[in-house]
Amino acid sequence: MSTETLQIVPAAVEVHDVHKWYGAHRVLDGVDLTVRAGEVTVILGPSGSGKSTLLRVVNHLEKPEIGYVSVNGELIGVRKQGDHLKELSERAILAQRSNIGFVFQNFNLFPHLTVLENVAAAPVATGKLDRDEAQKLARELLDRVGLADKESAYPRQLSGGQQQRVAIARALALRPGVILFDEPTSALDPELVGEVLAVIKDLAKSGTTLVIVTHEIGFAREIADRVVFIDGGKIVEQGPPSEVLDKPQHERTRDFLSKVL
Amino acid sequence: MSEPPGAAVSLTDAPPPASDAPSKPFAAQRVLPLRRPGRWIATAVVLVLAAQFVHGLVTNPFYQWDRFGYWFLRPTILDGLVVTLEVTAYSAVLGLLGGVLLALARLSKSPVLRAVSWVYIWTFRSIPLIVILLFLYNFSALYQTLSVGVPFGPAFFTFDESRLATDIVVAVVGLSLNQAAYAAEAVRGGILSVDQGQHEAAAALGLPKGYQFRKVVFPQALRSITPNYVNQLIDLVKATSLVFYVSLLDLFGAAQTMGATYPGDIVPLLLVVTVWYLILTTVVSVVQFYVERYFARGATRSLPPTPLQKLRTGVSDLRARIRRETAI
Repeated sequence: MSTETLQIVPAAVEVHDVHKWYGAHRVLDGVDLTVRAGEVTVILGPSGSGKSTLLRVVNHLEKPEIGYVSVNGELIGVRKQGDHLKELSERAILAQRSNIGFVFQNFNLFPHLTVLENVAAAPVATGKLDRDEAQKLARELLDRVGLADKESAYPRQLSGGQQQRVAIARALALRPGVILFDEPTSALDPELVGEVLAVIKDLAKSGTTLVIVTHEIGFAREIADRVVFIDGGKIVEQGPPSEVLDKPQHERTRDFLSKVL
Repeated sequence: MSEPPGAAVSLTDAPPPASDAPSKPFAAQRVLPLRRPGRWIATAVVLVLAAQFVHGLVTNPFYQWDRFGYWFLRPTILDGLVVTLEVTAYSAVLGLLGGVLLALARLSKSPVLRAVSWVYIWTFRSIPLIVILLFLYNFSALYQTLSVGVPFGPAFFTFDESRLATDIVVAVVGLSLNQAAYAAEAVRGGILSVDQGQHEAAAALGLPKGYQFRKVVFPQALRSITPNYVNQLIDLVKATSLVFYVSLLDLFGAAQTMGATYPGDIVPLLLVVTVWYLILTTVVSVVQFYVERYFARGATRSLPPTPLQKLRTGVSDLRARIRRETAI
């Protein structure tokens, strides 16, 4: 690991009383969550419980109807105006997102760009680095995720596990204070899950703030500082894995864990 | 079936029929391809018909191939060809630009932009091209000057229409207006074909809006825009023959004029025009192949082979096959 890629300053995330609904359906029903800088938080919950939506609210891919998110104290997607919150311009929101990495379930790499271009694109486009610096950084990051030899391949020439590792390198290229993972291994063959989890584990050790939605309970137990169990758009319980996973207090949590373990 | 179902099940335990079971195991046997006499007969019939057609084309004096040779590279015809190429090139570029803008307007969140784009596309797809061209041709009589400015207010620029509207401008404007309406739908379809995840990933990385479109969405859209747009481009090449009616001497116009002067040569002149259009379409198709191949980067695991590569692998396959056949 080089010094350059380590220049990440972990950020704290606060989700304050977030409500989100589609028509009559309440997806998030008053969620409060505090993630301290450098902490690894794993969000568990049955499908449709709102865990992916919560993650997408954090980087403002989804707009909450009520409530707000802040990263290092800075409101995301909105600003305070008197007693109200007012939506920011698209340009301002895009600028804020460069401090919040996002890794998708389906990778969403840009298929027409090479692996190196995928990783180097964002720092150049957002004016953080010039082309040469970005490529240098991209090579370091690809080396870090174990894909130094794949820089001129196109994403579709890679396996799912390799693609997801490129996607992680792409998110890291902006040196975000927090990285959000939306079921990063759910689209992978079982034998490829390990290589992606290993990269995430490496990130967790380096002190980056991570928020991970996953179904990998064993992985959660291993790396999480805190596990959050969410159901019906509400946080049912949260705490260190030794409590939530091994001694769940709520019936709903016990029921869920008995099905996935 | 005459046998009860139980008997069929018991067949699996029965010894295999001894009749023509091969003596060697199956893996060692060469599989002979099925003979298809029907295919051979159909091929022969088509070959005979094709030969007759070519024979007629060559020997029928009606076509006057000597006159075809006389006209094919005449300066008048080549001048016409240049006009055709010019009008096509300008209209193709302007039409595509207009099409991109119209498509973006139709996909915009503003209802006014959407409506304006829809009305434009609806109008220009409805009016026959020849009507548009004749309208524009008479336009300078309807509006003597064109001004840019505030409606009912001061004008910033004023153009003298009769000076601006040369024949080639009328032709290019008319074809571009028409082309843009069709291109808009091709471009819109292409943009819609790009996966929603790509928009999300671009937004999540905080890429600026313009960059998202230029570097992420549009290059991927071009892959499905290309075949549709080239289809229209080929239509456009031929549609330029209508500019003859706004007194522009394109390839068709030149042939038409020569035909009026030399009435006996009309058929060879039409052949000259036909062959030139064939050549233009061929060039467009070849370019299309390479453009599509370029945009296929990353979309497929390996790029489709170029004709040269195909020829090379074809020859080596044939050699290998001959070697195999002769070895046995």
